[in-house]
Amino acid sequence: MQLYPQSIRTGPQFSSPFLPGGTATVLGPVPVDGKQMLQLIAGRVSSLVARRATLALTTSSARMASHAPDPEVTEAVDMSRPMYWDRLDTPLPDKLYKDELSAAEKSLKEKEKGPWSQLTNEEKIALYRLSFHQTYAEMNQPKSEWKTVVGGIFFFVGFTALVVWWQRVYVYPPRPRTFDDEWQAKQLQRMLDMRINPIEGFSSKWDYEKGQWK
Amino acid sequence: MSLPKPLMRGLLGKRLRFHLPIAFGLSLVAAIAFKYGVTEPRKKAYADFYKQYDAVKEFNAMKEAGVFESVQPSGE
Repeated sequence: MQLYPQSIRTGPQFSSPFLPGGTATVLGPVPVDGKQMLQLIAGRVSSLVARRATLALTTSSARMASHAPDPEVTEAVDMSRPMYWDRLDTPLPDKLYKDELSAAEKSLKEKEKGPWSQLTNEEKIALYRLSFHQTYAEMNQPKSEWKTVVGGIFFFVGFTALVVWWQRVYVYPPRPRTFDDEWQAKQLQRMLDMRINPIEGFSSKWDYEKGQWK
Repeated sequence: MSLPKPLMRGLLGKRLRFHLPIAFGLSLVAAIAFKYGVTEPRKKAYADFYKQYDAVKEFNAMKEAGVFESVQPSGE
């Protein structure tokens, strides 16, 4: 029984002196992003449930992968290596932005090793862009995401209101008799009779001689 | 490009020297205000109430209203 789709069975190949053949592959899944996880879960589910039912759940590439085994994953992100992040609280991410430098960029990096006063302003900016994706100013630019969030909040609060309304009609038990006006009036009269809080509270506001509120 | 060197030390001390007296002063003011705004009037209200309090009269009034279990109103 195939538990994992073929495309994830083997991870990246790397040379290793220990195993015969000189190469080692990572056995088992190397789940890396949401799509991969979905393929994994879909792979497991499809072995237990009818294929037809889960076909709708799998992404198209998972369907393709289960028919055509593919030893290398093309767009996997290796999260075991340092990654680049544009974050306010991380001014120096774990690695530089650009990994593969062209020949011109490599020569610029060589020039960077010399005195920096010899670099032109454009070269300085080019070196910055090699190391970083966005400037802090670009990172901090206001987005409209909050509108979506607030709109979503209102939408779901409104939906909850509908749910509560349905509950009031179909779920709530009958109203307790203690809510009736007559019962409440009798309750208040009994509180006055018991002299509840006669100094600063409830009964202190009632004039016992005249029989009315002060 | 020759800026003066910024302050590197004593930042917390400076902040505390400024804010702590204000904090203590405001707390003291709050306590005094509570004492003379709330507790003294309350003590006076209780004292005034019990100066004119007739326990027996109140008991009889409550008894007639029928709130007790051990004593019934005089009619029954």
